Amino acid sequence: MLLSLAIWIPILAGLAVFAVGRNEGGAGPAAARWVALVGAVLGFLVTIPLYTGFDVQDPGFQFAIRTIWIERFNIHYHLGVDGISVLFVLLNSFITILVVLAGWSVIDSRVGQYYGAFLVMSGLLNGVFSALDAVLFYVFFEGTLIPMFIIIGVWGGPNRVYAAVKFFLYTLLGSLLMLVAMLYLYNKSGGSFSILDWHKLPLALGAQIALFFGFLFAFAVKVPMWPVHTWLPDAHTEAPTGGSVVLAAILLKLGAYGFVRFTLPILPDASKDLAWLMIALSLVAIAYIGLVTLVQTDMKRLIAYSSVSHMGFVTLGFFIFNGYGVEGGLVQMISHGFVSAALFLCVGVLYDRMHTRMIGDYGGVVNTMPKFAAFTMLFAMANSGLPATSGFVGEFLVIMGAMKVNFWLAFVAATTLVLGAAYTLWMYKRVIFGAVANKEVGSLKDLNSREFAVLAALAAAVLFMGVYPLPFTEVMHASVDGLLKHVASPKH
Amino acid sequence: MDWIAFIDHLPALPEAILLIGACAVMIFDLYVKDERRRATLVFAQVLLLACGLATLFVLWGSGGARLLIFNGLFVADAMGHLLKLVCYISVSAALLYSRQYLLERGLLQGEFITLLLFSLLGMMVMISAASFLTLFLGLELMSLCLYALVALNRDSALSTEAAMKYFVLGALSSGLLLYGMSMIYGATGTLNIYEVAQHAGRLAATPTDRTFLVFGLVFLVAGLAFKIGVVPFHMWIPDVYHGATTPVTLIVGSAPKLAAFAMAMRLLVNGMLDLAQDWQQMLALMALLSMAIGNITAIAQSNLKRMLAYSTIAHMGFMLLGMLSGVVEGNRLNAPEAYSSALFYMIVYVAMSVGAFGVLIYLSRARFECENLEDVRGLNRVHPWTAFLMLILMFSLAGIPPTAGFYAKLAVLSAAVNAGQIWLAVAAVVLSLIGAFYYLRVVKLMYFDEPKERFPVAARRGFRFALSANGLALLFFGILPQPLMAMCFAAIQAL
Repeated sequence: MLLSLAIWIPILAGLAVFAVGRNEGGAGPAAARWVALVGAVLGFLVTIPLYTGFDVQDPGFQFAIRTIWIERFNIHYHLGVDGISVLFVLLNSFITILVVLAGWSVIDSRVGQYYGAFLVMSGLLNGVFSALDAVLFYVFFEGTLIPMFIIIGVWGGPNRVYAAVKFFLYTLLGSLLMLVAMLYLYNKSGGSFSILDWHKLPLALGAQIALFFGFLFAFAVKVPMWPVHTWLPDAHTEAPTGGSVVLAAILLKLGAYGFVRFTLPILPDASKDLAWLMIALSLVAIAYIGLVTLVQTDMKRLIAYSSVSHMGFVTLGFFIFNGYGVEGGLVQMISHGFVSAALFLCVGVLYDRMHTRMIGDYGGVVNTMPKFAAFTMLFAMANSGLPATSGFVGEFLVIMGAMKVNFWLAFVAATTLVLGAAYTLWMYKRVIFGAVANKEVGSLKDLNSREFAVLAALAAAVLFMGVYPLPFTEVMHASVDGLLKHVASPKH
Repeated sequence: MDWIAFIDHLPALPEAILLIGACAVMIFDLYVKDERRRATLVFAQVLLLACGLATLFVLWGSGGARLLIFNGLFVADAMGHLLKLVCYISVSAALLYSRQYLLERGLLQGEFITLLLFSLLGMMVMISAASFLTLFLGLELMSLCLYALVALNRDSALSTEAAMKYFVLGALSSGLLLYGMSMIYGATGTLNIYEVAQHAGRLAATPTDRTFLVFGLVFLVAGLAFKIGVVPFHMWIPDVYHGATTPVTLIVGSAPKLAAFAMAMRLLVNGMLDLAQDWQQMLALMALLSMAIGNITAIAQSNLKRMLAYSTIAHMGFMLLGMLSGVVEGNRLNAPEAYSSALFYMIVYVAMSVGAFGVLIYLSRARFECENLEDVRGLNRVHPWTAFLMLILMFSLAGIPPTAGFYAKLAVLSAAVNAGQIWLAVAAVVLSLIGAFYYLRVVKLMYFDEPKERFPVAARRGFRFALSANGLALLFFGILPQPLMAMCFAAIQAL
């Protein structure tokens, strides 16, 4: 019931926002903003009991709900969360509030449609993380494409159309191949779309490998893994701030989530057989994309590439098959949700004032915006994985897990600590420090109270998670252990 | 006529009502002044409603069982009833959508309505045909009316050219069909489809007879492919869709497809299921080519009607994927699932096609045809609701959830995967990705671009309401597809 609310409150609120926001010239925009805020806050409030009422000892699915939906194909409306997914539902609902606030005074055209699209997407994303029926999952997974396509295309930057179409077609190709894989599993399992049934389904190694690639493309595009990451910098650069935030904080997690929900438990043998491939791709993402990030001149592009590199850590963690790795990957996903969201918001703050994202147009921002500089400092540190920030926990766990497998693996993975610090802090130095670059920078206004509140909330989350990660990890333990035990026993 | 005979013929009640009613409409319209033509439209709508009720009555009376009447010339079964009901709805929508458009162009004549009703009668006869004879009769009645409808705007060179092409190619395809039928008649000695099925099973065992049957079958399939509009028999589609006035395009692109589907089911599944191995191979090739050529060529179109024409070709190819998955190495277990998925796909496709052309009619006005991609530029700025409806239609055509188009694709793909046609399914998926591009382009134009001009739309409330219902129905069936799927499944099981 709670999960249904978490999905449907934002969607219904989104529809309400469409309705009240129709009067563009009059009271529409203001009404749309307030309805959106109320919807987002309500949506977050209903997810809180998911955490407080969560039984950390139980590795299974909680808050489950299951009713028949499409009898003809034995498709169920089946929701439930375990230790792996519950945090993402919370993260998503939390980020939604920030997105609503971030666009408050910045978005002034078609406000109703903007907020409506975001809220609908937020509901759909909660659906992805809690769906336990493959078709239901697919409907939510694909459904998110439509609002995101519209958001990038309508409110994005100059090259938005190219980015939106690229984003859509890339992700659609991946998910259509996944659909065929799902239909194959449906056929093999004797007519069941239940993900939990598929977990138990015995499969020959050959079939597993074919299915692995079917799923791989869908999830790899979403993560995004090297070499199918090229849509991400375009989409990020052109999306409006709110779009970038949701894209980085939540949408990128769908792919990685897919790996833990589908690939690892359904195809454990293929996952182990092909782990070398996944590890290799992850390491390329970490090291090579890290280097690519260094030379970016556009702040959003830089953060986008750094996301690819950070997500490489996540996939690396998943495919080394030990508790540190998987848990580290999950922690990294959540931490990245906070940090990348915060960094995109910071860039948004600057962009709203100067209408440029080029690093070269800035310099000496600290002189005019000291509060902003302080927050950005914290997030930049977190992005480079400094201890006592959330970024450290995940990276440390993954490197530790990698060390158990192979020293050189850990060595390559650890280059990110150097590269991450290099690209983030170098950007920080060029933008924030130094002499005041030009007149516009000289007349910048510091954060207003709305921006301050949004960044403060994220800063608190980043610090809390860095200093005391237990509330996050203890939720995962049981489910991750269950997953690893399941993966360890062969299926064919 | 004594009563017993009358009751025996009751399953043909909808056809009887429509025949009498259409004649009545024709005479009634002679006495109606031009400015009061609306009365004829209302009459026609009432007639459609009566047919709908009659069909429901027959369905209720027979419990969906198969009834053969007129000495085995005419069959009334659940699939027929379902297809007929969808035909009524789509024709009714066509009448509702086209009133103002035709009025503004001085084309709203009694002929339009009468021809449409008679073509519907032809479709119904096709749908209920149990014999080659009835099938051909219905086909010709439908086609002749449609040729005339395409030429409705007789002052337009484009329309008359399209009608000419349609007629010549249509006549050719009828000839092919007839030739195939005569071959099969020669082999089996009967025109009745169910008797053909019995003989075909026996004849297929001996190689000589089998060759003979397959020879006829090739012509049957070619004729069918013409009517459904799949590669390599697709040439007429873009020209006819483009040349005809938009309401006629809507008509040509909707209900006749259902009739052609029924024809395919009757001929191939009812009649020649024992030769499934042979015709499935033909369909597989046509399906693949249709999806490839339809989707790729559609990208190059700047005219929306042409683009939708190529999209039709691609969709029909996708539908064939369901039809060819029924029999796997002589095993018919997959048949109900496969054929019902194709039926579901057809019904959903017709709803999408009616909606998409409906939007084009809606945006057209006196002396302005909305038919180029450019014409929908910035629609979201001017008519957000219409743009939203078009958005649903486009995503549904592309097969993105949560729209009905997704479940249509899901059902067909599932049937194909169950039949072991995994590579065909993967090819279909990749080609429909290519297809997604041009649907996206429409959405892009509507939502991302600024309008060139403010285009006022003064459509009547009834039209607006019907169009909204049409678009939202696709969303509704995208969230709750079960009722329609169950109906299709039941209809196919009773076949």
